[in-house]
Amino acid sequence: MRRFELALPQSLDDCLKILAQHGGRARPVAGGTDLLPQMKNGVLKPALVVDLSGIARVRQIVNGTGLRIGAGVTARELEVSPAARGAYLAIAESAALVGSLQVRNLATIGGNLCNAAPSADMAPPLLALEAQMVVAGPRGERRVPIADFFTGVRKTVLAPDELLVELIVPPPGAHSGGQYLRHTPRRELDIAVVGVASQLTLADGRCTKARIALASVAPTPVRAVAAERSLEGQAVTPAAIERAATLAIEAANPISDQRGSAEFRRHLVRVLTRRTLATALQRAGA
Amino acid sequence: MAKQVLSCTVNGEPVEVLVQPYATLLDALREDLGLTGPKEGCGTGDCGACTVHVDGKVVASCLMLAMQARGRQVRTIEGLGTGDTLHPLQDAFVRHGVPQCGFCIPGVLMAAAALLEENPRPSEEEIRYGIAGNLCRCTGYTRMVTAISEAADTLASQGSAR
Repeated sequence: MRRFELALPQSLDDCLKILAQHGGRARPVAGGTDLLPQMKNGVLKPALVVDLSGIARVRQIVNGTGLRIGAGVTARELEVSPAARGAYLAIAESAALVGSLQVRNLATIGGNLCNAAPSADMAPPLLALEAQMVVAGPRGERRVPIADFFTGVRKTVLAPDELLVELIVPPPGAHSGGQYLRHTPRRELDIAVVGVASQLTLADGRCTKARIALASVAPTPVRAVAAERSLEGQAVTPAAIERAATLAIEAANPISDQRGSAEFRRHLVRVLTRRTLATALQRAGA
Repeated sequence: MAKQVLSCTVNGEPVEVLVQPYATLLDALREDLGLTGPKEGCGTGDCGACTVHVDGKVVASCLMLAMQARGRQVRTIEGLGTGDTLHPLQDAFVRHGVPQCGFCIPGVLMAAAALLEENPRPSEEEIRYGIAGNLCRCTGYTRMVTAISEAADTLASQGSAR
């Protein structure tokens, strides 16, 4: 690996000072499972790496009015968290799909999002649950809706002197259910060809809110807004699900690569949207 | 580049060692502490040959910076048995002739040990999932599963004999 200096701040304030001082030369490291491979193969060449493991605030999960997830919470912690496995099951499901156990014990939710791969498994459920990202920087803290966070392949709204601190997931409320599914050629240790998260909220037999988010079909994870609108106010019948699954394809702008052709990815969007909507409906208590 | 002082516990012993800021935990274990049981297979967290325990959890030590282990409990394959006596997992691996080339075995054993500590009587499915992060290029998985299952029985009978 290329050489670099390593800073070990013990508080968020110290970390932000270091980032403010070094800006674009520095790179924060949480679990390191995305960063280290990119430094080993020379894609990233930071002169200074700032370790976040000493900052207590980023490591907490707090379940109150909504779920607050520290950016340094590991995929494995989320996978087994009783809070996440309750009302926020799609998040726990997505965390369980990241890498191997050896990777999930290191990899963090903040790292998965800040790495900003189009295939990030934890992004679609958080988009479907409309998470807010708490970003800290030298000018204080700001909140960014996750829908505005990603700006391109491996690009986010974060400035070099800013740090993602935590995510705030609003409570989905009663009669709401969600699911995340992805397609991979093998079950373990793979990257999503397509990933889909759906979240449905019901009242009096009708859908009051539908959120559908897709991974690996555009430069960033995206919401399928037309499909969502087609469901809201309607009874979620098999025909309504089929219509929404077809409309979800409109949000996809996939490329063809070694994992799958664009045509295959559009097909998967329809199939996985249909399946996740059916499960979301069931979990919402219909 | 100034080296940094890593203080942690390795295989039950307190350790203080100077490490490069860019050293991975695997580098520190192999190069600075002489523990060459954990192997570098891929270096990118895909193969599991570098698997060690940190605070009882399996991690890919090739993806963790050495200094991120400060203040933590690290356990490698060298700390699995007692030095004189093999761990029941190692014993079962020997008796079933599991190792072929042997390169993946330290990582597989550490994954299996963590699995049995969390789930003392795993099903075959759970054993297979427990070692899913470890690749064996000799493809000797069948005997691994048999040996791990047998070691679970041995550990359970040792536990009930106490």
